[in-house]
Amino acid sequence: MSGLRVLVGCKRVIDYAVKIRVRPDSLGVVTDGVKHSMNPFDENAIEEAVRMKQKKVVKEIVVASCGPSQSQETIRTALAMGADRGIHVEVPAGTDANLQPLAVAKIFSKLVEKEKPDLVILGKQAIDDDANQTTQLLAGMLDWPQGTMASVVSASDGSLTITREIDGGLEDISVSLPAVISADLRLNEPRYATLPNIMKAKKKKIEKMTPDKLGVDITPRLKILNVVDPPVRQAGDKVPDVTTLVEKLKEKGHL
Amino acid sequence: MIPVRQCLKLTPLCSQIRHGSRMFPQLKRGSFNRITDEDVNLFAGIVGQNGIKTEELDHYNTDWLNTVSGFTELVVSPKSVEEVAAVLRHCNGRRLAVVPQGGNTGLVGGSNPVFDEIVLSLERLNNISHIDPYAGIVECEAGVILQNLSDKVGEHGYTVPLDLGARGSCFIGGNLATHAGGLRVVRYGQLRGSVLGMRVVLPDGQILDGRSNMRKDNTGYDIKQLFIGSEGTLGVITDVSLLLPQTPVSVNMALFGCDSFDDVIKCYRLSRQCLGEIVSACEFMDSLCMTSVNDILGLASPLEDSHPFYYLVETSGMNMDHDMEKLETCIEKVFESGCATDGVMATSKDQARHMMSLRENIAPALKAVGFNYKYDVSLPIQHMYSLVEKIRNKMRKTEGAFSVGYGHLGDNNLHLNIITPQYCTQALSLIEPFVYEEVSRLKGSISAEHGMGLKKANYLRYSKDPSMIAMMRSLKDVFDPNGIMNPYKLLPWND
Repeated sequence: MSGLRVLVGCKRVIDYAVKIRVRPDSLGVVTDGVKHSMNPFDENAIEEAVRMKQKKVVKEIVVASCGPSQSQETIRTALAMGADRGIHVEVPAGTDANLQPLAVAKIFSKLVEKEKPDLVILGKQAIDDDANQTTQLLAGMLDWPQGTMASVVSASDGSLTITREIDGGLEDISVSLPAVISADLRLNEPRYATLPNIMKAKKKKIEKMTPDKLGVDITPRLKILNVVDPPVRQAGDKVPDVTTLVEKLKEKGHL
Repeated sequence: MIPVRQCLKLTPLCSQIRHGSRMFPQLKRGSFNRITDEDVNLFAGIVGQNGIKTEELDHYNTDWLNTVSGFTELVVSPKSVEEVAAVLRHCNGRRLAVVPQGGNTGLVGGSNPVFDEIVLSLERLNNISHIDPYAGIVECEAGVILQNLSDKVGEHGYTVPLDLGARGSCFIGGNLATHAGGLRVVRYGQLRGSVLGMRVVLPDGQILDGRSNMRKDNTGYDIKQLFIGSEGTLGVITDVSLLLPQTPVSVNMALFGCDSFDDVIKCYRLSRQCLGEIVSACEFMDSLCMTSVNDILGLASPLEDSHPFYYLVETSGMNMDHDMEKLETCIEKVFESGCATDGVMATSKDQARHMMSLRENIAPALKAVGFNYKYDVSLPIQHMYSLVEKIRNKMRKTEGAFSVGYGHLGDNNLHLNIITPQYCTQALSLIEPFVYEEVSRLKGSISAEHGMGLKKANYLRYSKDPSMIAMMRSLKDVFDPNGIMNPYKLLPWND
């Protein structure tokens, strides 16, 4: 099996090492002036596509991202990692926080119509909304099989064998192509973007689009009511002996 | 070049510890008195029973490198400047030798007893008294751990003007006493330039109060500067006021692979020209260093192939777009000129941290391999690596020995390390005094940032004129006529 065409999705999110601050209006988090990078699970997705290309299973990798103009940097990183060309579906800055999985799945389903890939690889979830929905919604819209939380992917004639990380352990499934899969962290170790590749990536094409042009209505269906910090952990009480411990537990109604 | 794999065999550490006195057999204990039970009780009266330790003192007696060890029987930990003063007053009166100790991360055996000197630990003076968010000034006690200080001032959008691998253990007081350098000298300048004020206790217990938060103050002699870098031989630093730079918003890291040290220098020059004021670290390492961190600590290189040299540059600024533009120009120029054959740029904070950790973990990796002979020298940039090559050549017949070079390229500061399976006087004789003679010949410094401590004290003449050394001795007599403060350190006791 060779010559598959792959569409990979990536999202620009706040860098996972940054300390998040809630906005004063409690409707979101502070993003201005904060370091952003590619969603870690998306790095795994791109890396998997690149490895498949190195093994000659994949012929072409198209990377797509939905977001404000800065999403182009994220696409460039993916191109530097080895993707062939990019698609930037631009939404106005400031509205990207309201770009929800349903809208993204619709956009990707239009991109699939256009690009006709054999395989779509997305990151398992974005670290800002932790939704873990786009892959599943997209598979449903396309009526394609899905392999989510993939930690091992291997290709053989017209199908993929996928090991999924689930609560009980690991589950092996086989899906026929075309299919949608979502990458988990243990799928691979993403490569660094080498500088010669970063420079070469500047010459790779990024096609610009808008949700309108694709005929997709991205109006949010969910409204964020409130965003708050987790409650501050209360200090514990030290007790001198077991009797006091039992008393305190009774006092607080735990016994 | 020595094949790396056969050199990198882990050796048990216990065989490496040398008693400071045995490392220098001709060093005799000074005519200090010995501690009695009365002394211990008196100290307990000053600092409280919690401030006295007479058991399990290995961790205070031995240095971080496990290369020197004293045999103190008493560690005293005061919790205020008054307690420090009272302790020193008593020691001075009784002629008891004292070693002030911070995080004990020094690399020249300067913070450990050689014999039975009392260890005066600053660990309980760990209060951060005040942060001025407008002026960007912090007032704190000497026993604050650098990482904690960094975290605390970070809450206000500031960063400490120095950073080094030992940040999780070293104390700011120790950093001052040793005038620590670190990764960011190239950006923030030397530490002494950021010190606005200090309070010091003299060996006789007198408190010298030089605390101040003034940015500019030309009123008389700047005495605090004498204590910075005095390695605890003139007094004990208890408080400091530091000027803080803004925490940068945009931090980037690039690692280049180069074929020769000349290429590294070209890379460095180009990067400084393109990046200018946003440069915040310029480090280099050779391929043996990279292999060591890969193999010993399992930290992978971000570059696919191995290269003879690596150049790491970090930028810190307040505007991401502006910094990226400069970095992209720099990268283009570097590859156009051919002085690097490969490179990577961090695209996330995690990747940036990993790349810096490759450089920061060279010392821990080498420590695990065998006995480390460490040399920290300042040299004209074009001669920095030739010293490594000369030493490597000298050591070529020594079984299991290998030599590496890495360091703060931006400060012309080379860290030369020779590793042998075991400490061996024969190996040492090949290295010293050759290293010092070479550095002296090139008019460099035999200790760029590590200080003199015990290990280098006798070599002071290689970098300082006799008139300077004589003046240092005069000053030592002024501050410490009984010679109780950190004896056998910094000043030569046998040259």
